[in-house]
Amino acid sequence: MSTRDLFTFGNRHFRIGVGIVLGMLIVTAIAGFVVLPFAQPWVQFANVWDAICSAAGVPQRAASVTAPEQTKRLSEVVLTSHTLARPNQEAIGRGATLAQRCAICHGPTGVSRADSPNLAGQYAAVIYKELHDFRSGARSNAVMSPFAVNLTEEEIADISNYYAYLPRLPAYHPTPQLPKPNIVIYGAPMRGIAPCGACHGSLDNKTGSPWLEGQSEAYLKAQLQALASGERRNDISQQMRNIARAMTPQEVEAAAAYYASQPPDVVKAVD
Amino acid sequence: MLVNRKLILAHFWFAFAVFGVALTLGAWQMFIRSPIGTWLSNPELYYRSLTAHGTVMGYVFPTLVAMGFGYAISESALEQRLVGVRWAWTGFWLIVLGSIMAVIPIALGRASVLYTFYPPLIGNLFYYLGVVLVVVGSWIWVALMAINLRVWRKAHPDAPVPLAMFANVAGSYLWAWTAVGAALELLLQIIPVAAGLKNTIDAGLARIFFSWTLHAIVYFWLMPTYIAYYTIVPRAIGGRVYSDSMARISFILFLVVAMPIGMHHTFADPQVGAGFKFIHSAFTALVALPTLLTVFTICASVEIAARLRGGRGLFGWIRALPWDNPMMLALAFSFVMLGFGGAGGLINMSYQLDASIHNTQWITGHFHLIFGGAIVIMYFAIAYDLWPHLTGRELVDVRLIRTQLWLWFIGMIVTTFPWHWVGILGMPRRMAYFDFGDPAIAPQALSVTFSVIGGFILLTSGIMFIVILARGMRAPQVDAGPYRFALAVHQPTTVPVALNTHALWVALMIALTLTNYGYPILNLALGGGTSVPAVYVGAQ
Ligand code: HEM
Ligand SMILES: [Cu+2]
Repeated sequence: MSTRDLFTFGNRHFRIGVGIVLGMLIVTAIAGFVVLPFAQPWVQFANVWDAICSAAGVPQRAASVTAPEQTKRLSEVVLTSHTLARPNQEAIGRGATLAQRCAICHGPTGVSRADSPNLAGQYAAVIYKELHDFRSGARSNAVMSPFAVNLTEEEIADISNYYAYLPRLPAYHPTPQLPKPNIVIYGAPMRGIAPCGACHGSLDNKTGSPWLEGQSEAYLKAQLQALASGERRNDISQQMRNIARAMTPQEVEAAAAYYASQPPDVVKAVD
Repeated sequence: MLVNRKLILAHFWFAFAVFGVALTLGAWQMFIRSPIGTWLSNPELYYRSLTAHGTVMGYVFPTLVAMGFGYAISESALEQRLVGVRWAWTGFWLIVLGSIMAVIPIALGRASVLYTFYPPLIGNLFYYLGVVLVVVGSWIWVALMAINLRVWRKAHPDAPVPLAMFANVAGSYLWAWTAVGAALELLLQIIPVAAGLKNTIDAGLARIFFSWTLHAIVYFWLMPTYIAYYTIVPRAIGGRVYSDSMARISFILFLVVAMPIGMHHTFADPQVGAGFKFIHSAFTALVALPTLLTVFTICASVEIAARLRGGRGLFGWIRALPWDNPMMLALAFSFVMLGFGGAGGLINMSYQLDASIHNTQWITGHFHLIFGGAIVIMYFAIAYDLWPHLTGRELVDVRLIRTQLWLWFIGMIVTTFPWHWVGILGMPRRMAYFDFGDPAIAPQALSVTFSVIGGFILLTSGIMFIVILARGMRAPQVDAGPYRFALAVHQPTTVPVALNTHALWVALMIALTLTNYGYPILNLALGGGTSVPAVYVGAQ
């Protein structure tokens, strides 16, 4: 007998094989798509077709539930790892002109003498996001917000590209380099805290996370406290607030002191 | 008639060499995240190691064993020189090249994405291309197995295909089709993103493609082991296969139901409808059937051997078995581990019970017991059995072989039983660091420490295995005779065409894939709006 005769209903093995498989499929499909959906007393279906669609995972428009009113603005910036990835020289030049007004606080070389963040060599996507958030009100600061409100989209991109282009220079008050504290390299898994270094450098970098090496200790501490208290809320999906809230005051100290003591040129090792 | 011995030896040696490296990494991982390890302060190194370990143990090692064994089966069961030797070497070198290509970015920390790829995490392009080359190399093998069988059939029209070859080709078809899922994921989704052509990816769809591969790949790993159960063990212990038809039915069932059940790996995923999860779960229950058939048939075959040796009584025959024969030992150990692992598997496949162990160390404990234990111990047995025929030299030190098998068995139990236990307690998998100083998990320190000890026993056993084979290359020459497979009690003279060919079962396998995967894949692929930005490893 050849294989051709196999694929006919005259062949017993064909009948049995196909029959059993088809039977199983029908029985399990009826159970999975009809019986079990209706067995859930907490879900109501209009009809059988409705139940089948639900069990099949057909996307459905949620019933007209209005989203809860947000009292404060949240960040609306969308970042990908390609945001501002390829700046051109002109954009950087325009950014340099625009950035003159930032120099009072952030320093003429992008390195701050006050406790404002150092911007020289910061990732463009990071500056881009923060400026947007200041502009929209998702993040607010008495000094920064008025600068940001009048910036156009293009100006924000240019400034971001300019600062990203500047070389990373040592901070003004270098302190001896501290060893990595636990929170930076292990996080605290039992409290759901990933290592700081997994996103902010020292271990790895993730899109939208600034590198922190050489930033002012006072600034870092203030931000962690603001995130923990909810005063600052422009982190997407509460990524940082969830962490900051779970951190102990000692961990906040340790992380801030560690990052402040690192020379920024170590950042290069991981990009 | 083993003619192309160099080809088969090359597959085995490369397989066991990379196995040795990956085993060392595994033991190191176990140690470094345990309470007795001194933490290395860089989880990235752990994930590099884990990616290399998983990639080698999951893709490279078992594939090469199945290929080498497959060539040996084709030549000796069909008594026919391998057709397409040059292609076979091409496949082998593609795998070597692919492995090297994949391992370099892993070692450089550019592809710490783990062997399940984890999109939207995206690593270096060459890692994925390396994996693709490995798969392409193995597809050459699939084609060669089919061609060799066809050539043989031409010369022997209507003769029953020898069981070993029938099963071997079933395994190769299963692999060919199941690898398509991961291939689609790589070619359509991951590689365009890794190459910078796109920067978003549908992680949910990618996971569904991966599940297409992930379950049946397990049965592909298992095939050489089951072939050894049926066609080597009874011969090696002086018995016969209880039923040739039962054996064929088992392999056919694997072909049909191993494939459309992969969504039991996505029970916790929101992008799959509950109805499909239920169907996959129900079909998963069916896949226990061929394993139960096998356990029954093999126990019966072993009993035949015992009674031929003068064993009597309801259970008294067990004592009459040749317990000093490594093949007997390996089989017994394999069955014990298969039993425990199978029991654990029943928990994984149940929609509700799975929730309690999902993504915990239970899962890693489970697949190490089944795969590293029940399956790999039979790979050892296959190598021991084939070695004299491949090298023309005797494996002299049978005691050392027995010790090696005992150590692997003990090591696997000591490693995996506590591993399961901490999983039930909630210890997550794929974490690089655990703070055992925290009172909440301090009590798990003891169990984890036992696993570490087990891991080092396994490492010792693995090294012994490689040493035994290496010494076997220099032992005194013998004439091992032709390589033979076990005969059945009733050696078939004719076999119904359905049990002698694969077409019907391959057709059912593909049909069930379409019914069980078609809608969920189309829904996500055509629906749109479900992609997320890719996250590149080691890039800002
Ligand atoms: C035959 C031997 C083995 C095979 C086939 C094997 C296979 C695998 C595979 C496929 C993975 C998955 C990787 C992943 O989840 O990405 C894995 C993970 C792992 N293996 Fe093995 N392995 C073997 C032996 C060992 C040994 C002897 C040890 C050490 C005692 C070990 C320790 C580990 C560890 C710690 C993980 C990571 C688990 C996690 O954190 O999720 N493996 N292994
Ligand atoms: Cu599975």
